[in-house]
Amino acid sequence: MEEILSVFIQEAREQLTDMEAGLMRMEQGDHDPETLNAIFRAAHTIKGGSGVVELGMIEKFTHVVENALDKLRNAEISVSSALVSVILNCCDHLNALLDLAENDMREADAETQAKGGALANELRGFLGGAVAPSAAATPAETAAAVESEGGGKTMNDCWHISVRFGRDVLRNGMDPEAILRYLLSLGEIAHITTLSDALPEPEEMAPESCYLGFEISFRSHADKAAIERVFDFVRDDCELHILPPYSKVADYLDLIAHLPEETMRLGEILVKSGALTQEELDAGLAAQQAGSAVAAQVEGGPPAPHLGKILVEQQMLQPEIVEAAVTKQKQISEKKADEARLIRVHADKLDHLIDLVGELVIAGASANLLAQKSGQTVLVETTSVLSRLVESIRDSALQLRMVQIGETFNRFNRVVRDTAKELGKEIELVITGAETELDKSVVEKIGDPLMHLVRNAMDHGLEPTAVRLAKGKPQAGRVELNAYHDSGSIVIKVVDDGAGLPKEKIRTKALEKGLISENQTLSDQEIANLIFEAGFSTAEKVTNLSGRGVGMDVVRRNIQALRGTVEVDSEENLGSRFTIRLPLTLAIIDGFLVGVEQSTFVIPLEMVVECMELQPSSEERNYLNLRGEVLPFVRLRELFEVNSDKPVRENVVVVKAGGRKVGIVVDVLQGEFQTVIKPLGAIFGHLRGIAGSTILGSGEIALILDVQALANLAAGAEERMHAADGALH
Amino acid sequence: MGNPVQTTHPAANSMGGQQAQRSLTAARQLASAGEAHQYLTFALASELYAVGILNVKEIIEYGNLTEIPMMPTFIRGVINLRGAVVPVIDLAARFGGSTSTVQRRTCIVIVEMRQDDTKQDLGIMVDAVSEVLEIPGSEIEPPPSFGAKIRADFIAGMGKVNGKFVIILDIQRVLSIDEMATLANAGLGSNSETSVI
Repeated sequence: MEEILSVFIQEAREQLTDMEAGLMRMEQGDHDPETLNAIFRAAHTIKGGSGVVELGMIEKFTHVVENALDKLRNAEISVSSALVSVILNCCDHLNALLDLAENDMREADAETQAKGGALANELRGFLGGAVAPSAAATPAETAAAVESEGGGKTMNDCWHISVRFGRDVLRNGMDPEAILRYLLSLGEIAHITTLSDALPEPEEMAPESCYLGFEISFRSHADKAAIERVFDFVRDDCELHILPPYSKVADYLDLIAHLPEETMRLGEILVKSGALTQEELDAGLAAQQAGSAVAAQVEGGPPAPHLGKILVEQQMLQPEIVEAAVTKQKQISEKKADEARLIRVHADKLDHLIDLVGELVIAGASANLLAQKSGQTVLVETTSVLSRLVESIRDSALQLRMVQIGETFNRFNRVVRDTAKELGKEIELVITGAETELDKSVVEKIGDPLMHLVRNAMDHGLEPTAVRLAKGKPQAGRVELNAYHDSGSIVIKVVDDGAGLPKEKIRTKALEKGLISENQTLSDQEIANLIFEAGFSTAEKVTNLSGRGVGMDVVRRNIQALRGTVEVDSEENLGSRFTIRLPLTLAIIDGFLVGVEQSTFVIPLEMVVECMELQPSSEERNYLNLRGEVLPFVRLRELFEVNSDKPVRENVVVVKAGGRKVGIVVDVLQGEFQTVIKPLGAIFGHLRGIAGSTILGSGEIALILDVQALANLAAGAEERMHAADGALH
Repeated sequence: MGNPVQTTHPAANSMGGQQAQRSLTAARQLASAGEAHQYLTFALASELYAVGILNVKEIIEYGNLTEIPMMPTFIRGVINLRGAVVPVIDLAARFGGSTSTVQRRTCIVIVEMRQDDTKQDLGIMVDAVSEVLEIPGSEIEPPPSFGAKIRADFIAGMGKVNGKFVIILDIQRVLSIDEMATLANAGLGSNSETSVI
């Protein structure tokens, strides 16, 4: 039971995310009926699931939401921003209920219940105004219905009605002329062609029979059902086909391609696409059944005619449309099969696998080492094959943890929408590269910094609408989220087309805070990046969104904790662009091995700029001349208090950390090494200068240096020394 | 079978000098017992100590230790235990004595520590491992309030074996990760202050 519950909660949350995404699209004017269907299905799934796990509170509440969605789907009520807001709040409430369920609470507490009740009432308020559809439906509602049936648009704003009256119409006392006149009560006939092709030779013509057909272009606001009702009396003995306005074959094809991803009968697809109504479908189905009955009777006879074929034969549909529908049906079942190939795996199991693979890599490396020492060619060959395999295994194992960043990005749709409302700005969010993959652990941790950047962009970056218009910019502000892979790392960009960073203001502020000195000349880029310094905020007023001055340095720290970097470049009045660069995975890094006495240390390779020999002349001071540049350096030997004699030769590794170059003095350079990071554990939580550890091919442990912290450590140590000196004098 | 060492913890944790309560716990253990209480005994600076066998995962030979710079003396370093990085604690130094010297029979006892929901393996460096003993509850005396040369709260009880006392360690206290991390941080001293900049 427990397990079912947790699976339900997880799935329900996913469904809610889908719902939210759909609602946002709808609000932005997406009238694709499929969007609405998807939302409805999500709600329905939650309702069904909650019933299974006996969560009455969720089932009841979802039922209300589902009702509203159903009405929307049937075009009984129309989409409005207010309604979407309420439904979004309902999603939030459902999330809250799920939280409760997660904490083993079967019933909502009074507060939550009251909130749920209020939301449900709000929803009912929207439903209350809606009346059952009738011929007298208000124009707005019918217009919505027409639109949802229409799809793409052509220049033709008329319904197309083809009608072939049956022979017996007149005999049954019906007058086609009267019917056409009644049709006029719904709209106007733009064009009518009378088809008399069916008229037989005068000798054979029965005066009581009706041989006429009409092709009518009909301009009306009525919906298809209403038009069909006109022909109700002759329905049984005439052939009637109605195409909605703005439709053409291509539109049908297009519409069908957008149909829901579940297996359903071709006929149903056509009904949903508005190309067919239920009556037409039923007729088609009846014909198919009759056909198969005949086939069953005649053994070895031809197989039952396909529904699509029947529809074509009856001239109800153009063959292209049927073909598209059939393809669609096939795609749907293929998609189903795709889904079935996915397996939900507990993240811990994957982590364990990665651990094991890490060990495998290490064991493989040491086997390789031994083989090479043994000098047996065959053995060396075998181990090299083995290590190649191990490498592929490692790559595939890491691949398992890769997830698309899209889910993280999509969360921002909601954030942008809500914030835009709060700020009274019009904001458009553009997401690209949602399919870019990166390690799950990175994805989890990048959400907060991204949130901060996006909020900042909306709050500080984008100007109020009036200002934008005055500047001649489009009314709606634009925030872009973009992700892509770039040489072993992932780049995420947050771009806005707002005011850009005020360089002068930043400079003044930085001077005020003592971050830079008066005579320091900084490039625009450097000035812009000052906003990442601690305690920096230029917002004149503090909003509840941002501007407390804790923001940007926290963003930078969070990103640095992921071994990433963040930079901003900005052009005044054109906008700002934040570029975050992250490693693809936290589990493995390319390292550069260095040795001090017996110990081995790893410096992340991406930080290493160059290596050189330390000139003995710089014995006493801790800086050197790097092609005219002053390069301060840290002696690892001193910092780590290694008490043994210095070797004759020492080496400097020049690293770039936090925008500045620092040298690290070590005994020997040992070269590159791809390495699995092992955390050091809680005991070493306070340790500065060491980022983690890794296991070398020999089985020894090497410590990974945290270059940034090392430089700070060294700086701190010197400062203290000077302070002590000062106190002495 | 319950874990005899762990059942003493609640009492041990709340201990100041509440000997009465402790002996009560011991008495309760005795009453409920008849169970086998097994301990691993080892020598450290000529004193005999014991830890509950259920905490012990394995015993390995001392070697291949990587030192961690800027750490207090009682953290000897880390070892590679089949792919896992395990910190090694010098028990003698942890008890406040000098660091132990590596001898022929020096071993690392790997114990599993539980804190909240996380498990962490730790190695303790001992001079020599002697044997696994069964000490019945009736043979365990409450710890002396002083005189054992180690902090009283590190001792879970004094086991009587062949007329001699064996100090049964409260391993959760001795190897408290929180406490050791705090000590390690203090050991870094002013370094950590400045590195905050």
